[in-house]
Amino acid sequence: MSYLPKPRLHHPTLPKNALGYTRRDYEGAISTLCAGCGHDSISAAIIQACWELSIEPHRVAKLSGIGCSSKTPDYFLGASHGFNSVHGRMPSVLTGANLANRDLIYLGISGDGDSASIGLGQFAHIMRRGVNMTYIVENNGVYGLTKGQFSATSDKGSKAKKGAVNTDEAIDLVALAMQLGATFVARGFSGDKAQLVPLIKAALLHRGAAFIDCISPCVAFNNHEGSTKSYDFVREHNEAVNRLDVILGRQPITAEYEPGSVIEVTQHDGSVLRLRKIAPDYDPTDRVAAMNYLQERKAAGEIVTGLLYVDPDPTDLHAKLGTVEVPLNRLGDAELCPGSAALARINAALR
Amino acid sequence: MRALTATNDFVVKFANVNGSGSASANTLFAKSILRMGIPIASRNIFPSNIQGLPTWFEVRVSGEGHLGRRGGVDLMVAMNPQTWDRDVAEIEPGGYLLYDSTKPLPKSKFRDDVNVIGVPLTEMCNAAYTDARQRQLMKNIMYVGALSALLQIEPAVVEALLGEQFKGKERLAQPNRDAFHMGRDWALKNLECPIGLRLSRLDAVGERIFVDGNTAAALGALYGGATVCAWYPITPSTSLAEAFERYCRRLRHDPETGRKRYAIVQAEDELAAIGVVVGAAWNGARAFTATSGPGISLMQEFVGLAYFAEIPAVIFDVQRAGPSTGMPTRTQQADVLACAYASHGDTKHILLFPEDPHECFAMGADAFDLADRFQTPVFVMLDLDIGMNDWLCEPFRWDDARRMDRGKVMTAEELEAGRTFGRYLDVDGDGIPYRTYPGTHPSKGSFFTRGTSRDRFARYTEHGPAYVDNMQRLLRKFETAKAYVPRPVERRAAQPTRDGVIYYGSTSAPMREALAALERDGVHLDALRVRAFPFHDEVMDFIARHDRVFVVEQNRDAQLRTLLTIEGCVDPARLVPILHYDGTPITARFIRAAIADKASALNVVPLRKAVP
Ligand SMILES: Cc1ncc(C[n+]2csc(CCOP(=O)(O)OP(=O)(O)O)c2C)c(N)n1
Ligand code: SF4
Ligand SMILES: [Mg+2]
Repeated sequence: MSYLPKPRLHHPTLPKNALGYTRRDYEGAISTLCAGCGHDSISAAIIQACWELSIEPHRVAKLSGIGCSSKTPDYFLGASHGFNSVHGRMPSVLTGANLANRDLIYLGISGDGDSASIGLGQFAHIMRRGVNMTYIVENNGVYGLTKGQFSATSDKGSKAKKGAVNTDEAIDLVALAMQLGATFVARGFSGDKAQLVPLIKAALLHRGAAFIDCISPCVAFNNHEGSTKSYDFVREHNEAVNRLDVILGRQPITAEYEPGSVIEVTQHDGSVLRLRKIAPDYDPTDRVAAMNYLQERKAAGEIVTGLLYVDPDPTDLHAKLGTVEVPLNRLGDAELCPGSAALARINAALR
Repeated sequence: MRALTATNDFVVKFANVNGSGSASANTLFAKSILRMGIPIASRNIFPSNIQGLPTWFEVRVSGEGHLGRRGGVDLMVAMNPQTWDRDVAEIEPGGYLLYDSTKPLPKSKFRDDVNVIGVPLTEMCNAAYTDARQRQLMKNIMYVGALSALLQIEPAVVEALLGEQFKGKERLAQPNRDAFHMGRDWALKNLECPIGLRLSRLDAVGERIFVDGNTAAALGALYGGATVCAWYPITPSTSLAEAFERYCRRLRHDPETGRKRYAIVQAEDELAAIGVVVGAAWNGARAFTATSGPGISLMQEFVGLAYFAEIPAVIFDVQRAGPSTGMPTRTQQADVLACAYASHGDTKHILLFPEDPHECFAMGADAFDLADRFQTPVFVMLDLDIGMNDWLCEPFRWDDARRMDRGKVMTAEELEAGRTFGRYLDVDGDGIPYRTYPGTHPSKGSFFTRGTSRDRFARYTEHGPAYVDNMQRLLRKFETAKAYVPRPVERRAAQPTRDGVIYYGSTSAPMREALAALERDGVHLDALRVRAFPFHDEVMDFIARHDRVFVVEQNRDAQLRTLLTIEGCVDPARLVPILHYDGTPITARFIRAAIADKASALNVVPLRKAVP
């Protein structure tokens, strides 16, 4: 398959964002995924979210592992640098990139095999470290690229296309991320763009480790009867706890809500996350209660989606390390090299 | 009974219990000899088996300046009851045994052919101190005091060193001085001083420093501009990352805010460590990791990615005897091939071979320039012997006019001015393409990084010719590197010869000593110290100029010889392996005997037979 550049013809009436960019400016190469693949819808949601937030595309760094999902960074934000790294190890590469330049926006794209199977260790540690990023797992419960084997997020009892039944327990990345200290945790569904776009926007604005588990059916290998990651199954069992609107500081708040039906969370950058409650008692700022609730609903066979947990006052790896404000990759000889006089003192102490 | 006599030429070994505070007393002993202008070579020996917590410290005093391990022990300071028997057994006939005579030991515990020197160290300490820890620590200083009398260490030198060590902490300095004199006075009064082994002031140290290679390499990284370090603890490389942190804390903080101009991540494993390095370097920071063989094994996939995706990475490999559950506290040069061809697919990497801490510093800094210039992983190949032992070496040097060579990085201005950017485009004919850092320009210079399957402009393709085109360019790039890496160092024999010897890394010091001895034996060898891979043309010229070349290495499989054979298409029959791989540092005695042996077998007739 060769590279297919997209024609750069802009329709004069296409809407523009605050930077004067149209949605087309946030697109990438043409996708080579199967028609109907959930991953393409997530790419579209990322494009929409970045455009709506008026993010400068070149200030985003996209990193991924290996898999169909990990191929997608080529298909959005063509003006950003991307890195298709090795299977299951994107988190470490993203961590290093983030350390080198704290000023960029880091978007990690992974699959369920990439993050829950081969890469579970790195997934866990990037959450623990609180790297400032948006980490999306495009979760189809199967290895798409290697043609349909079960992944570690395949539900117990779920049936493969050729009939085999998964007998192993599934790894719940959302539960893990919460337990490991991610400060923003959400679950979305590639088939519900209205829900997904605000979640991605909120995650991009979050200044800490933001994780989105996005269920993303694989039409080639995991969309059949008996699968628990098919479009039909997810639609049927999807229980959203809330609906999110992301309100940037400068936008006036207009709509009226019934008292008690809304939770507002102000993030560090001034953005307001307005959550319209669906599950009446769900408080996404209460981590322990949220974890309990998720376990309960899971036992009842529901797939809970929405903004599940957010810490309005997160910290990140740079804050923990105490690094300078200037990105490390911009420091020059004068800042980095102590020079010959200091070396002479070091030598003297070694005699 | 025979008693060894020697001035400025003997070996003292300390057998201690780990954690007893002996390290600082032993360093005091070693440094006091250096301060008398007499060269020494010291080695820490510590088995990974921690039963009885044994550790040994060996000091070779060598007025002639030999820095390799000699082998044999002339004076044993036996302070560990658990290892007593083997320690006593190790002493040369006519040698000396210094021990704590507080508790009487049966005669069977000693040897008839060894001179026994008993000092009631515990008794003296118990009389002088009440605190248990102080008793322990001062016992060590006391034996240094006794040794100063026995070997003629100048007391003023020891006092000066203690003064420096406890500068501003007079409360600590005085008890140490007292303990030193207590030991010294007791020996002067009760023992025959000096013994046959003596020190006599020289002027043979000069401005040299005494430091371990891991510290030196860490300083090299600091001076080389490294800002990101990611590592996973493994002996014998741990102290490299720790030294980097220690010196960064002193030298790398923003003076105004106090914040760090560096980031250190103790990763969850070596895969993550190298991943962090690759990510940071992709994003324009200078980044490194420090590890040993088992870590190198885990890093393979990433190293290949960095090679193909052309991302700089510096990897300090402090080599040890393999495998993971092998002999982690023993030295070897056994990762040469694993690093040279690390990863799957067709890959080759730059390797640097420092001979001592001075070069660990220099090459540690140069590695970052090379990694940036060639956009590729660079391995700095230390070993346990260099990394974890203090070596007497030339001081570190730095030219303040030096600037980091960041290699070919296209800037926003250049992109704006319309310069063509193709990530894998060979603009200059040297195989090195231009790169851009992420976030450089709003609409130009971005690219999608992947291993291969892309054309010169980083556009996706799986076409065979594009793959081949890229692989050929990578080879050109490697060829270019030959002229940039440190050149080999040649030392010609006193008379013309058709025989040569190639060696590298920590073999250097014992090799110098062996060459001198071989010359006295009538074996004349031109010697070439290889300092890097890819091999400079001079390496192949050297081999071509000689009929036979000995290749001295500290591994079983003659790994450098293999590399020379493959890369230089050399007839293997002309390269004669000399191999030492029992985990102890190679010695001049070994090299001399092994070469003399092979030389006579190969009809190089020595004038005199070598005495091993
Ligand atoms: C080290 C290694 N082992 C195996 C593979 C083969 N491989 C490529 S993608 C993949 C699974 C991807 O699954 P997932 O992350 O769920 O992505 P999806 O294709 O389902 O989006 C595997 C096993 C590889 N690339 N590297
Ligand atoms: S195989 Fe599955 S995951 Fe991969 S592109 Fe096709 S539908 Fe998507
Ligand atoms: Mg998958």
